Amino acid sequence: MTTDTAGPDRGAQLGARLRAGDLTAAPAALNLVENRRPESREDIAELLRAVSPAALGGETPGHVIGVTGPPGAGKSTLLSALVAAWRARGRTVAVLAVDPSSRRSGGSLLGDRARIVFDPTDPGVFIRSTAAGERLGGLAPATRAAAQALSAAFDVVVVETVGVGQSETDVADTADTVAVVVQPGSGDALQFLKSGIMEIPDVLVVTKADLGDVAMRARRDLNAALRSVGSRDTKVVAVSSVSPLQGMDDLVDALDDHRAALDLDLRRTGARRAGALADFVAEHGERGLRALGGRRAAHRWLAKQDPGADVPSLVNALEDQVPA
Amino acid sequence: MMRTYAGHSTAKASNALYRGNLAKGQTGLSIAFDLPTQTGYDPDDELARGEVGKVGVPVSHKGDMKQLLDGIPLDKMNTSMTINATAAWMLSLYIGAAADQGVDQKLLQGTTQNDIIKEFLARGTYAFPPGPSMRLIADMIAYTVTEVPKWNPINICSYHLQEAGATPVQEIAYAMSNAIAVLDAARERVPAELMGKVFSRISFFVNAGVRFVEEHAKLRAMGILWEELGRERYGVTDEKQLRFRYGVQVNSLGLTESQPENNVQRIVLEALAVTLGRDARARAVQLPAWNEALGLPRPWDQQWALRIQQVLAFETDILEYPDIFEGSIVMDGLVAELLEGARSEMAVVSEHGGAVAGVDYMKAALVDSHRARLQRIEAGEQIVVGLNKYTETEESPLTSDAAGGIMVVDQAVEQHAKEAIAAWRSERDRAAVDAALTELARVARTDENIMPASIAAAQAGVTTGEWAATLRATFGEFRAPTGVGESASVVGASDEVEAVREEVDRVSEAMGRRIKILVGKPGLDGHSNGAEQIAVRARDVGMDVVYEGIRLTPSQIAKSALDEGVHVVGLSILSGSHREIIPAVMDALRESGVDVPVVVGGIIPDQDVPELQAAGVAAVYTPKSLGAINQIMRDIVRLVAERNGVAAAA
Repeated sequence: MTTDTAGPDRGAQLGARLRAGDLTAAPAALNLVENRRPESREDIAELLRAVSPAALGGETPGHVIGVTGPPGAGKSTLLSALVAAWRARGRTVAVLAVDPSSRRSGGSLLGDRARIVFDPTDPGVFIRSTAAGERLGGLAPATRAAAQALSAAFDVVVVETVGVGQSETDVADTADTVAVVVQPGSGDALQFLKSGIMEIPDVLVVTKADLGDVAMRARRDLNAALRSVGSRDTKVVAVSSVSPLQGMDDLVDALDDHRAALDLDLRRTGARRAGALADFVAEHGERGLRALGGRRAAHRWLAKQDPGADVPSLVNALEDQVPA
Repeated sequence: MMRTYAGHSTAKASNALYRGNLAKGQTGLSIAFDLPTQTGYDPDDELARGEVGKVGVPVSHKGDMKQLLDGIPLDKMNTSMTINATAAWMLSLYIGAAADQGVDQKLLQGTTQNDIIKEFLARGTYAFPPGPSMRLIADMIAYTVTEVPKWNPINICSYHLQEAGATPVQEIAYAMSNAIAVLDAARERVPAELMGKVFSRISFFVNAGVRFVEEHAKLRAMGILWEELGRERYGVTDEKQLRFRYGVQVNSLGLTESQPENNVQRIVLEALAVTLGRDARARAVQLPAWNEALGLPRPWDQQWALRIQQVLAFETDILEYPDIFEGSIVMDGLVAELLEGARSEMAVVSEHGGAVAGVDYMKAALVDSHRARLQRIEAGEQIVVGLNKYTETEESPLTSDAAGGIMVVDQAVEQHAKEAIAAWRSERDRAAVDAALTELARVARTDENIMPASIAAAQAGVTTGEWAATLRATFGEFRAPTGVGESASVVGASDEVEAVREEVDRVSEAMGRRIKILVGKPGLDGHSNGAEQIAVRARDVGMDVVYEGIRLTPSQIAKSALDEGVHVVGLSILSGSHREIIPAVMDALRESGVDVPVVVGGIIPDQDVPELQAAGVAAVYTPKSLGAINQIMRDIVRLVAERNGVAAAA
């Protein structure tokens, strides 16, 4: 089995396997969605169609969670503990670890896999490292597609990014639940909120709770700041992801609670539409956007489309809108 | 004090080697332990496969320790143990063996290296996360200062930092920052009136490179900083206690595989750095053998290294004079420069929160320095004789024997060790072992000193793997930072790099995905410099690099290769375990359905290459290849193109 073989119905087959819960289809599925040859486009569309609401009779069952935050906040250590906690509850987990490095040389150093502790013989854990998109820190179209596809087979799909540039907005558009990870005493969280770079997070995680008072004070400060910007809904959870573990159950529960309270159809439809526009812009740039009549016009048009329409169809339709 | 770093295969064979070396005039022991022992695994653990008895002697329990030291009077011997993560355990075993010889622990002399920060930075044989690791070090210091008063509980190591690419300023600064972290931790557990004694028991293990004038200045600078630290931060006033004590092993990074006979003169000149001036002279000197870059030295090679020291000490006149650099304008100037640089770098580490919190920063800085060094060598700006200049050579009579001039460890050693430990486990008092482990776990969870429980466990027959596993269960697993993520790109890339970059782009474009490579180290060897530099260069030429670091099992590598969808796998092994581990990795890859080219780098003797190729390895690289990394990159691109049906460049 070579890494990137093509084949008829490849997309449809992989999509069907994921739909059936076959986790072993994940590597090949990701190899496909990352492939940028023109010939692959149709295969990718078929894959995403196979896991679309039309094919499934509803949204994919997996919980797509965005985990982001400034460097050094302890995301990898947190993820190690979270993966263990989810596995202990019998859930399968996929992690898309997005590296923020810009593509100056074209290459990237994907070092996050090396920092996440997990049992390598466990078939219920899948980790894929991927470089960021073209714009600083943003998500590559392939990552959005990967999250959609994997959420058909895995119980939890984590998109992990470092909080720089565009990544927070992209993650907020893609994920069901966004968790922002900060460490106490660093002022990061308050800066995050004040700058307005990102929407209010769904869950705010304060790491290194073993720092006792500092972590508790940070939590109080954060709650106050959140109230002042009008959010009562953001759950703040203090954790320690190093032994002795603390707060992990609270965190898993907070994430579950958010998902349970979501209007999933609405959120996913929004994610598909935002993703389609982002993919369109990635391909056609500002000029393409202007041809649609600008971003607002594009959003208005998208709002009128079938809520269950999959991303490739939406992108095709957008492209059809552009006068020849 | 003259020692040679020694040990291999079994306790019995190593015991014979030690007694032979002592008879030849060596005045102390320096024990080299195998990687499973250093990282806390028994010989039958999965991760121990291929590593048992290779880079040192396996010591799994008290019986092994007693056999290792059989016939050696421990009340008179000075024993240096290169052991870090499991230092507390080895000392416990040593104390147990001494007790059985009727020797009270208060008489024992020696050193445990016990320096965990440098493991995270350069050597990779850590077992527990940084916090608990520092706790174990502080416990050992607190225990030995009163119970084993002639013991040096820790050797702060700057040696490994130079081997990882550190500049002299970095070597000084990171070693001193490390010492501060250790002393601060010790201060919490030791009564104030004993701090002077604790300070005096801290010795250093440094490196001496071939630029021996600067290296000597470095040692003088370290002495000055150490005294300053003692006086100002720890309130030490006694002159004797403030003295900078150090042992040294001279530089191995600069030793070459090609024309290895030149290493002898390098070693001699490096020895001068640490012996020339009395004021900064080493206490103990370890010289590597000339063939370190080829494989394990034989007894004859070690004898040669010892004789170099003996000629220096007994035939020259350097020991006859007071400090010959006193009053030297040049030397004083060099020292002042180094002091300034070191102080400023120490301040940076301090801003990061100290050595423990600053591991990421220091690691990235070292990777960068090493990258810069390799660039200079590749560009010919830094000359290494026999490697990038004067490369023409006659055939060497020194490496023409069947084994290629190195020691080859008998592969039956591992099987023998597995049987022996099974026998040991079955013959113990199981109840005593369980009780000892329960107590050990209890102590680990509290703030109590780990030593008494460890000594009791040693006496009860607990094994190395059991001791470590108990602590791992309490402290948690840890993966150290790799230091490569933040490494700067090649600045002002050469035409050569550009050419490779274009080829990477072309092949990536044709395949539809950027070339993705998995780089990692299987087995227990933690010397990651080579792998790091390969990872950084692969990124610089435009590949997506999953650098997974060290201590990977075959199944881990296979899963990573599969899940990450890599086009090629690059493995690095320096511990001599390649003949067992590489085939195991190839099998794991095949079983997972991963069919990509695999390239291997490391310390691999020529005669082993055919075997690796038969196992399916596409290319093998050895240390000399690091002088032409672009060639490795070109090879990798070509292999990926071929495997994926991409035509060669026009």
